[in-house]
Amino acid sequence: MRLILEKRADRSPFFAIASPFLALLLTLIAGGLIFALRGINPLEGLYVYFIEPLTQLWSVEQLIVKAAPLVLIGVGLAVCYMANVWNIGAEGQLTMGAVCGSIAPVMFPEWQDPSVLVVMLIMGMIGGALYGAIPGLLKTRFNANEILTSLMLVYVAALFLDWLVRGPWRDPQGYNFPVTKTFAGWQLLPTFGGTIHLGALFALLACAALAFVMGKTLIGFEIKVTGNAPRAGRFAGFSRNRMVMLCFLLSGGLAGLAGICEVASVVGKLQPQISPGYGFAAIIVAFLGRLNPLGVLFAGLLLALSYIGGEAAQVTLGISDKIAKVFQGILLFFILSCDTLILYRIKFEMGRVGALKAAE
Amino acid sequence: MVDQSLAVMLTIITAATPLLIAAMGELVVERSGVLNLGVEGMMVMGAVAGFAVAFLTGSTLLGVGAAIFAGVAMSALFGFLTLTLVANQVAAGLALTLLGLGLSGLIGEAFVGQPGVKMPTLFGIDALVPFSFILTAGVAYALFKTKIGLVIRAVGNSHNSAHALGYRVIALRYLSVMFGGACAGLAGGYLSLAYTPQWIENMTAGRGWIALALVVFASWRPLRALIGAYLFGAVSIMGFVVQSMGLGIPPQFLSALPYIVTIIALVIISGNKRLTQANTPACLAQSFVPDR
Repeated sequence: MRLILEKRADRSPFFAIASPFLALLLTLIAGGLIFALRGINPLEGLYVYFIEPLTQLWSVEQLIVKAAPLVLIGVGLAVCYMANVWNIGAEGQLTMGAVCGSIAPVMFPEWQDPSVLVVMLIMGMIGGALYGAIPGLLKTRFNANEILTSLMLVYVAALFLDWLVRGPWRDPQGYNFPVTKTFAGWQLLPTFGGTIHLGALFALLACAALAFVMGKTLIGFEIKVTGNAPRAGRFAGFSRNRMVMLCFLLSGGLAGLAGICEVASVVGKLQPQISPGYGFAAIIVAFLGRLNPLGVLFAGLLLALSYIGGEAAQVTLGISDKIAKVFQGILLFFILSCDTLILYRIKFEMGRVGALKAAE
Repeated sequence: MVDQSLAVMLTIITAATPLLIAAMGELVVERSGVLNLGVEGMMVMGAVAGFAVAFLTGSTLLGVGAAIFAGVAMSALFGFLTLTLVANQVAAGLALTLLGLGLSGLIGEAFVGQPGVKMPTLFGIDALVPFSFILTAGVAYALFKTKIGLVIRAVGNSHNSAHALGYRVIALRYLSVMFGGACAGLAGGYLSLAYTPQWIENMTAGRGWIALALVVFASWRPLRALIGAYLFGAVSIMGFVVQSMGLGIPPQFLSALPYIVTIIALVIISGNKRLTQANTPACLAQSFVPDR
């Protein structure tokens, strides 16, 4: 039996909407299988992982807290990938955003009025954007592969942060732990009562703004054309290099904002590890959201659920929370597979005879 | 002094060998026109599978076999996604890496902190070091002196022409991708069985990505990849040597050196149009659907 792809005359509007859901369903089935292999009742496992966190108020709050950075980064990456610019170093841009944003509270711990928060957020965005500009610049000036350079910079950023918190920025009163002084007062993001902080609002605003830019403005059109039809873009006089830089600055800036928001809320200080891989999970968010800013919003919530479900599974089922990363990887696999259905029909053929018959 | 420089030489060799093996696999994959960015994921799966099997059976030979098998299995998944289902190769490669890092962490959890089994060595050199040289020579010979090599390069340079001539583009690409998987898995197994015989989560630490950069650095030429791998091996070991001299340079800066050198190397090579354009497979990362 052979699997054969047959090109559709047009994009299938049905599968364009259904494919993420199909991917999700397949991921759930695969997840059930993994639970079964670990000797856990699959239905119970899936319930604990994906449903139970949604039934309690505190875990729904956690969901939104974790979705905020994922959406912020994911929406920037969606624009990048739409333009065929492959920024996969968002984790590093997040780190550098967190570092730059933390300059003010670390250097001036006494600075306590709303202006410090504004400075932190702006510096965070600038730090992420500038760090993102490095692979952008290397791509446009030297044609160096942005995938490899942006990823290498993730490791460099992580080591830089590690050096900072173990060396010059270490809190002298921190009992030798590799952490900076804990941020306080106006150095922390205000919350909406519970644990949900301003970052969630930023994520919503970023989605709305980019949905508008991509749908209604010339620059959004330019991004789509240079991504989908680079030749047409060149004839239209759109500069590819300008687009690459723009995408890196935008996605880097958003990742940097996500970084400083994390540090100024959940973490509350700088330490060697400030993100559980949000920069990489956001790649999945971008694809699951169909590279569409509004789709990214839902995809971010779903990936956040995968983190929280992992924690719940660890507590309730005694299974490692590393399973979250496995689910995320499987999900991306199925998304990419199911997207094939948008452009192709899949047919199964029986042996050579079938192929010959089809030829007649 | 002689002893010390000999020890440094040996560590450079063990640092270069996994890079060389993984890069050699990816070189063949890219020559066939496929860009598999999942080297890191295949490598880390090879590392965990190799460690687990060697730990459970006590045999490094079985461990090496398991590492290769894990790499091939991962690459077959990638092949199905990109060759059969024509998914975007860049995205699929990222998926492979994310899945490999997650899955290896989950599988390896039981082995954290366990004592590893080290591959037997002769004068500090294990069997995979000479193998990596044979592999390089073999790939160089096969790609440029044999018919199968010519066909693989043809498929990578113009899949439509190769298809029109009657070559089975997809089948050849599957074979190349799985060869790349075997090499990446083996390189990962080398890390957990020879380089540092233990299992640490994410122990590949970006080496898969450095191997990918090496292929570009070598402008898709096997012998240049050999030189590149040893250059990178030397750079990553230089950090330890400098540190032992006690110059007071923060260790983090020395650890960052291989990544920074990779970026610099990419910039230098990519800026050179003569080197890159002549050798870049023309169909790299392009999907192929035969018209019937």
